[in-house]
Amino acid sequence: MTAQEERRGRASRRAVVPWYPGRGHPTSEGPAAGLSPGGTSEGALVRPYTLTRGRVRPSAAGPRLDLITIVVAARDRRERPLEPECRAILELCRRPISVAEVSARLDIPLTVVRVLLGDLLADGDIRTRAATPVSRLPEKKVLQAVLDGIRRL
Amino acid sequence: MASADSETRPGETEAIPQAVKIIIAGGFGAGKTTMVASVSEITPLSTEEVMTEASYGIDDLGGVEDKTTTTVALDFGRITVNPDVVLYLFGTPGQDRFWFMWDELAEGALGAVILADTRRLETCFHAVDFFERRGVPFAVAVNRFEGAEDYDTEEVRRALDVDAAVPIVLADARDRASCRDVLVALVTHVIRGRSPALSG
Repeated sequence: MTAQEERRGRASRRAVVPWYPGRGHPTSEGPAAGLSPGGTSEGALVRPYTLTRGRVRPSAAGPRLDLITIVVAARDRRERPLEPECRAILELCRRPISVAEVSARLDIPLTVVRVLLGDLLADGDIRTRAATPVSRLPEKKVLQAVLDGIRRL
Repeated sequence: MASADSETRPGETEAIPQAVKIIIAGGFGAGKTTMVASVSEITPLSTEEVMTEASYGIDDLGGVEDKTTTTVALDFGRITVNPDVVLYLFGTPGQDRFWFMWDELAEGALGAVILADTRRLETCFHAVDFFERRGVPFAVAVNRFEGAEDYDTEEVRRALDVDAAVPIVLADARDRASCRDVLVALVTHVIRGRSPALSG
């Protein structure tokens, strides 16, 4: 009841647009889920920045979200109403996943995904690997692991 | 202020793997996406970056909806190296006008593969210049297309004017084993570059 009311309250701040989780690109797990041919495509009509209420970058306070920053849903997050696209993100983040993959699988532009992930991070809904400075290159031990992994291809 | 403890909780943090990336560069049609597909454990994904000219340097898009927006697609694949390390392979956008994306791609990259098409060798000159200037280690993979004249790697090295230490490998972007050899050559080169005693 309360959640329902709250959700309605939140949604009224902008037009309610249906969201189709997983209407992204085909993956190894199968063809793109979501919109079937001939199905309704209202979801695709959302202007990307409507989702972020006009913001084009995440809040400056949070850690930097690179293309390959790995995010994962926090296990102890508080259940509360969220925008549909944020719920879709959390669903994907049940296992660690990169920012680029979240963007590709949900078909949300990177810039927009960064803002939404920044919000979720600030609210404690997701965690990210302790930030390593962008300029720092992978350690020798990581490089060796990569080399070993590639050799097994 | 309460600091975000979500990042510092011990035990849980270790479960998040470290991600590294390799860039696959080359001219339009050089075989970048083909190579990514050959080695990726997932069907290559495509993500979009929407660039708004007016969005540079300001925080709000309000009132600038009429400015030009450009959508750049980035193709990428993934190789789970082990439970702690994930390797991502990103293809560079093919067209020259998307150069602005290269900076972001190059940031923190482990290294790059430049796919050279011997029918149009000049199309990878830009990439060679870019990675040399940025100090990103790279290997050149000469993708052998049917109907192309055969060049040996030294001819390509001279034509591209790259350092003797840069690996140049003949490759077939469609072939997994061949792409593996290219990546092994690159990562070996990267590791060697980190150990001063072995350089040269």
